[in-house]
Amino acid sequence: MSPLVQLVDVSKRYANAPALHSTNLVIERGKTTVLIGPSGCGKSTLLRLIIGLITPDSGTIAFDGSQITPANIDTLRPRIGYVIQEGGLFPHLTARDNILLMARYLGKSREKLRIRLLELCELTRFSDNLLSRYPIELSGGQRQRVSLMRALMLSPELLLLDEPLGALDPLVRASLQKELKEIFTRLRQTTLFVTHDLAEAAYFGDEIVLMNEGHIVQQGSLLDLRENPANDFVREFINSQRALVFT
Amino acid sequence: MKLLPRPKLLGRDSERIRERSRRVRRGESNSLSLAFLILFAAVFSTNAQSVVIMGSKKFTESYVLGEIAKRTLNDAGIPAEHRQGMGGTIILWQALRGRQIDAYPEYTGTIEQEILKTNRQLSLDEIRETLTKFGVGMTKPLGFNNTYALVMRRSEAQRLGLHTISDLRNHPELKVGLTHEFLDRQDGWQPLRARYALPQQNVIGIDHALGYAALKNGSIDVKDAYSTDAKIGEYDLVTLEDDLQFFPRYNAVFLYRLSLPTPAVAALRKLEGTLDETRMIRLNAEAERTRNYARAANLYFQGGTGSTTAAGESFWHKLTRWTLRHLELAGFSLLLAMIVGIPLGIIASRGGPSGHAILGFASVVQTIPSLALLALLVPLPFFGISVRTAIAALFLYGLLPIVRNTASGLQDIPRSLRESAIALGLSPMARLWQIYLPMASRSILAGIKTSAVINVGTATLAALIGAGGLGEPILSGLNLNDHATILQGAIPAALLALLVQWGFDLLDRVLIPKGLRL
Repeated sequence: MSPLVQLVDVSKRYANAPALHSTNLVIERGKTTVLIGPSGCGKSTLLRLIIGLITPDSGTIAFDGSQITPANIDTLRPRIGYVIQEGGLFPHLTARDNILLMARYLGKSREKLRIRLLELCELTRFSDNLLSRYPIELSGGQRQRVSLMRALMLSPELLLLDEPLGALDPLVRASLQKELKEIFTRLRQTTLFVTHDLAEAAYFGDEIVLMNEGHIVQQGSLLDLRENPANDFVREFINSQRALVFT
Repeated sequence: MKLLPRPKLLGRDSERIRERSRRVRRGESNSLSLAFLILFAAVFSTNAQSVVIMGSKKFTESYVLGEIAKRTLNDAGIPAEHRQGMGGTIILWQALRGRQIDAYPEYTGTIEQEILKTNRQLSLDEIRETLTKFGVGMTKPLGFNNTYALVMRRSEAQRLGLHTISDLRNHPELKVGLTHEFLDRQDGWQPLRARYALPQQNVIGIDHALGYAALKNGSIDVKDAYSTDAKIGEYDLVTLEDDLQFFPRYNAVFLYRLSLPTPAVAALRKLEGTLDETRMIRLNAEAERTRNYARAANLYFQGGTGSTTAAGESFWHKLTRWTLRHLELAGFSLLLAMIVGIPLGIIASRGGPSGHAILGFASVVQTIPSLALLALLVPLPFFGISVRTAIAALFLYGLLPIVRNTASGLQDIPRSLRESAIALGLSPMARLWQIYLPMASRSILAGIKTSAVINVGTATLAALIGAGGLGEPILSGLNLNDHATILQGAIPAALLALLVQWGFDLLDRVLIPKGLRL
């Protein structure tokens, strides 16, 4: 079986500077791949390329064996869930309407929606009493749960998470980390997770992809990165967060 | 001659009826006129038989002559309406040629100078012959010559020993206040000054009615007037003799469309030679004293109490009529501004050359003074002296706030939310309707509210082109220097603006999604 996502020689320049140099990456099915690196290293750019918010200057991205093009991106997007740091919930819609927005747009039956919604509430431990609240009436953690439910609503093959826990306070963050990991395991969800926190990366990642200045510097398990750092940057990056990860 | 204002407040119902019937005749059926019909057909269901429409300019004498003509036609068994105080010479002339009116009072000097644009004094036959080419006929003179004159306070003239315009040469210190029209006329101030070699440097433009007050309190010393003006007696003024015979003769006549049926023309011609200057001054004075033109016209018919319906119209009836018309003007223009402005705002929000062009155009329109905009629209074929023109001008004014607020409301949506909508897989249309427009609704509604308040305010200017509304009493009061009449329009207009503001605040609660109001 082919990998779910395959990037071949993909590069992207913004007006002033290159954001991503020619890059190859494979995302295996059923695994959580973590993209990590300092701010501006190109990890979010990579994510945005896959969901088609931006198009690559060169190279190809294949999803489930077929190349992503402007023509087919619309049909591919419902197969990909996307969660961002601020949640990206629409403030004028209730939690329920946010979650069901796309499914309704696709004309799914009401009964199916209702059942799926209950499943998701149970999965994310979100009280269904809160479903009629607006985003502004929810806490940060609750908002991210809603955002996750919205991303999972259509049972996507790929889940993209762009620092989903970055804006949460440490206690909420810790408990959500645990829950998320359970959810991914339970669903055998193919996930691409972006973070700048090595501890989080280590906790989630079957595979860690360390990026810097638009390049993938090294890829492997945390142990690989620690024991066989590819260069000084990797060593430094690991060491800087070592206290948190290894003690 | 004379575009000196003196509006009045009647006969709009008939105007609507006529407008309606004309549209039906022409077979126009665009949605606007359709909406217009639906809205008003129920209210004004009078028959639309052919009625002679008299027009008049915006000053007392023209009103009175219009009323006299209307009364004469009625007495001859011909249905007639009088659209009062429609504007100045060009507006009346165009209305006559554009079949919006059938006849109006005019002066021979004005015909030569302003309409035929000749500097030569023409004989009556020459004028009549030339007018025929335009499909317009002219009665014989009604009997009085209402020419321009320069007037001063009697006391001042006596103190300085001034009797003629030539005498002004020795007093360069005198302050001159002239109506704007006189300043610009071919037979106005510039050639007059050249002919008499007048030295006065201190010359200002001032509204005719206000000019009398300025003359009285000494802000100015000399002003233009016309020889049958009732104010000459009222303010104890003297006329300076035109010793070089500069001013052309302004014999009053009626101009009418040649297609007017013979009995109507015959009725108008019965008025020929029946009004001398003394009589006209008396009628003008009566009109200004009673502030009732129909009553003054009745004097012409040697007494008899007023038989016109206009004179008996109650204040509340008038107020209702003004207010309805005002709402119609502001409402239609706002609706159009929304229908056009919101899509333009959506396009403008995307930036680029077309976005900049749209915002630029809307801003430029906003900078045109409202009076100038009205004046620019009046000569265009589709517009003329009509409600359409007023609505079109208000529509243009209402555009900018809606376009700008729609654009900025959409641009203010955070990029992360736009991208979330895209990443979900919603189509561009679904994103616009379900996400972007609801999120920008507060800003868009604020723009609409601004436009509505602007339009309610600016709609008062519609009265300047005879489109009615609450501007009618304001204009009328301004010209009569009558504060009570001004307030009859100004207070309801202010209340209306408050009401609109309040109504939109309520609408906010209904239309802005709850999640954005928490």
